[in-house]
Amino acid sequence: MSDDILVDIQDLHFNYDGRPVLQGINMKIPRGKVVAIMGGSGCGKTTLLRCIGGQLRPTGGMVRLADQRVSEMSHDELYRLRRKMGMLFQFGALFTDMTVFDNVAFPLREHADLSEEMIRDLVLMKLEAVGLRGAHALMPGELSGGMARRVALARAVALDPMLVMYDEPFAGLDPIALGVIGQLIRKLNDALGATSIMVTHDVHESLMIVDYIYFVSQGRIVAKGTPDEIRGSTDPFVHQFVHAEVAGPVRFDYPAPTIVREFLGSRAHG
Amino acid sequence: MADSASSIRKLGHAVVDRIWRLGFAARFLVAVLRYSGPSFRRLPLTLREIYFSGVLSLLIIMVSGLFVGLVLGLQGYETLQRYGSTEALGVLVALSLTRELGPVVAALLFASRAGSSVTAEIGLMKATEQLKAMDIMAVNPIARVVAPRFWGGVISMPLLAALFSAMGVLGGWLIGVVFIGVDDGAFWSQMQSGVDFRYDIWNGVIKSFVFGIAVSLIAVFEGYDSVPTAEGVSRAITRTVVSSALAILALDFVLTSFMFRGTS
Repeated sequence: MSDDILVDIQDLHFNYDGRPVLQGINMKIPRGKVVAIMGGSGCGKTTLLRCIGGQLRPTGGMVRLADQRVSEMSHDELYRLRRKMGMLFQFGALFTDMTVFDNVAFPLREHADLSEEMIRDLVLMKLEAVGLRGAHALMPGELSGGMARRVALARAVALDPMLVMYDEPFAGLDPIALGVIGQLIRKLNDALGATSIMVTHDVHESLMIVDYIYFVSQGRIVAKGTPDEIRGSTDPFVHQFVHAEVAGPVRFDYPAPTIVREFLGSRAHG
Repeated sequence: MADSASSIRKLGHAVVDRIWRLGFAARFLVAVLRYSGPSFRRLPLTLREIYFSGVLSLLIIMVSGLFVGLVLGLQGYETLQRYGSTEALGVLVALSLTRELGPVVAALLFASRAGSSVTAEIGLMKATEQLKAMDIMAVNPIARVVAPRFWGGVISMPLLAALFSAMGVLGGWLIGVVFIGVDDGAFWSQMQSGVDFRYDIWNGVIKSFVFGIAVSLIAVFEGYDSVPTAEGVSRAITRTVVSSALAILALDFVLTSFMFRGTS
């Protein structure tokens, strides 16, 4: 495997309760890049992220991260690897019983043997990077959705991780907060020399900041490319997704019997 | 026919589900014990939980203890005076409290006051993905969140039961000696000679320790195992209070039958 590939996924399968969620995913994510995994709700993209982070064990195939096979690691090995990973959850997942400062300091206090003065400097630097140094004494309940997401971002990068994963970083944000988070993801990735994987369904924001995009539908990669390739794509799935069209290969209606059978079937029988 | 088959299947399913959960709870206890190191190496973690579970339960425990003692004093005096032995009021109050009422009522109150809040806290942490966030940061949530709360409860419980009993004795003394006029010296000396440290007090402490383990385990397990929704957490809290109450009363019967088998 070439040295510049950080995450290598080969023929990844995952079943949940016997139902296939991921069906043969192949992906190579180079170091230093911001990659988006896109698809509709329930297409398996969050499951894919959780397989990369080792929170779920795949039922087939392999996930290799920094030359280590995540899918075969023991609990302790996985925890050693996770110290070099950061993750931003959909709604931040800040610890509600701690201040903003303590939230960002949490991974440092748990894993780094540093003095309190040094932790203070590091935490304030991380908060400064997301523009919230002045909010360090607030509790998570006092923050807006966008601010909470930025604090969670500062916490995710507290240990200068080699890989940062974002689970729906734009969900439920106003357009300004959305733009701020998008720019921060790009800036922090480049400043830290990290690699970022972002699971999202926000096409327009993603196209502006990412280097490469994978489209996932029903557990399979159906399209991939750079933002320019995606914008110019004639693939029906990509076209439907990028232009938010109702008609296309992705069905809007949940599968159901025909209208005639639904309304007249029971009468015909009863 | 189909209906009865379906009810039998439902019954079987419910039984298997209960047994499975019991097994899961036992494995969970093993995991909590296995990852208990940080709870003692980083004492502030456990001290914080002792504060939330123990210190904040002090008021309800002490006030309840006092009232139970007051009632015991009244009822005990009323019964004892029929036999002309009101001076035995002290020993009656003390034995009732140290052997039974102290550990049992304090544990029931502890389950409703502290157990339910531990379940709610862990359940909400799960619902808001805080436990997952901790796990992805390579911090074991069982070691960091569950074990300190478990040990906080286990340590607090015997102390709270002791305070409950002490307040109860004070309540009995207030009614018997101060208000009714039972002889002060007889009240305390009968208590001193009638209560055996190992047989009565120590057995009570063992009981409250066992109840502490049961209530704390149920509270942390129900929180950790809750369905991460508003409804799921509320159901988990209800299960904590109901299962704890049943566990306390059932364990009390088992422990009592081992400890006090008609030797005195």
